Amino acid sequence: MTVAAEPRDIDTQELLVAIGGVGPAPTRTVVAYGFWIFLLSDIIMFSGLFAAYAVLSGNTAGGPTGRELFDLRTLFIETACLLFSSYTCGLAALSGEHQRSDRFYVFAALTFVLGAAFMFIEISEFVHMVGKGAGPSRSAFLSAFFTLVGMHGAHVSTGLLWLIYMAAQVLAKGLSPVVLRRFLCFSLFWHALDIIWVGVFTMVYLMGVD
Amino acid sequence: MDGDDRIFHERSPGVEHQESRADFLSYTAGLGLAVLLTIGSVVVAQTDLLWPPGIPVGLVVLAFAQIGVHLVFFLHLGTGTDNTNNIIALAFGLLIVFLVITGSCWIMVNLNDNMMAMPGR
Repeated sequence: MTVAAEPRDIDTQELLVAIGGVGPAPTRTVVAYGFWIFLLSDIIMFSGLFAAYAVLSGNTAGGPTGRELFDLRTLFIETACLLFSSYTCGLAALSGEHQRSDRFYVFAALTFVLGAAFMFIEISEFVHMVGKGAGPSRSAFLSAFFTLVGMHGAHVSTGLLWLIYMAAQVLAKGLSPVVLRRFLCFSLFWHALDIIWVGVFTMVYLMGVD
Repeated sequence: MDGDDRIFHERSPGVEHQESRADFLSYTAGLGLAVLLTIGSVVVAQTDLLWPPGIPVGLVVLAFAQIGVHLVFFLHLGTGTDNTNNIIALAFGLLIVFLVITGSCWIMVNLNDNMMAMPGR
């Protein structure tokens, strides 16, 4: 057979990459790698906040402790919302790859609703705590708590805005390879936020009520 | 001709013909494991199932297991050839995270231990 047509040439090159030959990696792999580096730097920034929390969590200055403030029931609902939104985000990415735009919109909408529910619970928890006089200025423990959990919440809020933007791109441009690569980055971001939440959930809440 | 065409399209991880390794089953298995581990860590924290002084260690182990589940099933970090760089980057990131957290705790505990007693306390 002859491998002369233009699209065929690209495939041949990528076949070589797949079997360990020479040639540049597919754009998708390169984009995911670059975004992965960004996510790791973001996780390193969070590690600073985790370290600050670990150091300061005992310094309650006579104020309320985690045991008095945290409610495991709402925390569990919050965690479930974020976990299921990660799942629906993965299914949205999958539907996109299979060019099923109807399913993509359904799963993207579910992801948004679950993420928004998470933010709603978190913000109402913050408002409740500030109302009880347990705001970020009460003690070093609460400063570290609001910084760490608030930074995670700020990331989730940014992710929600990004998700709206992605849905608008799919609406305007369709599920083209470029849009799918952007959505791949979004889904990596969203899954990474869930990983950070596992750390917050364990270190701040579960160990805080013990 | 047709046979060759199919081989090219099924094997190449190309931009347009991406044969996705991520499938529905992988996400569902990941969700199931993550839910189990989350419930497990709540149970460990709330009951005396574990020897009480060992609870923090148990929670950390469960958290690391869940992070592993997320990395493999949701972020699809595997042993594939195009994943080598991602794994190396992750290992470096984990090293920095470990240094920042344990280093900070080590230094601050040491400072607290060597702090002179405050007058009036």
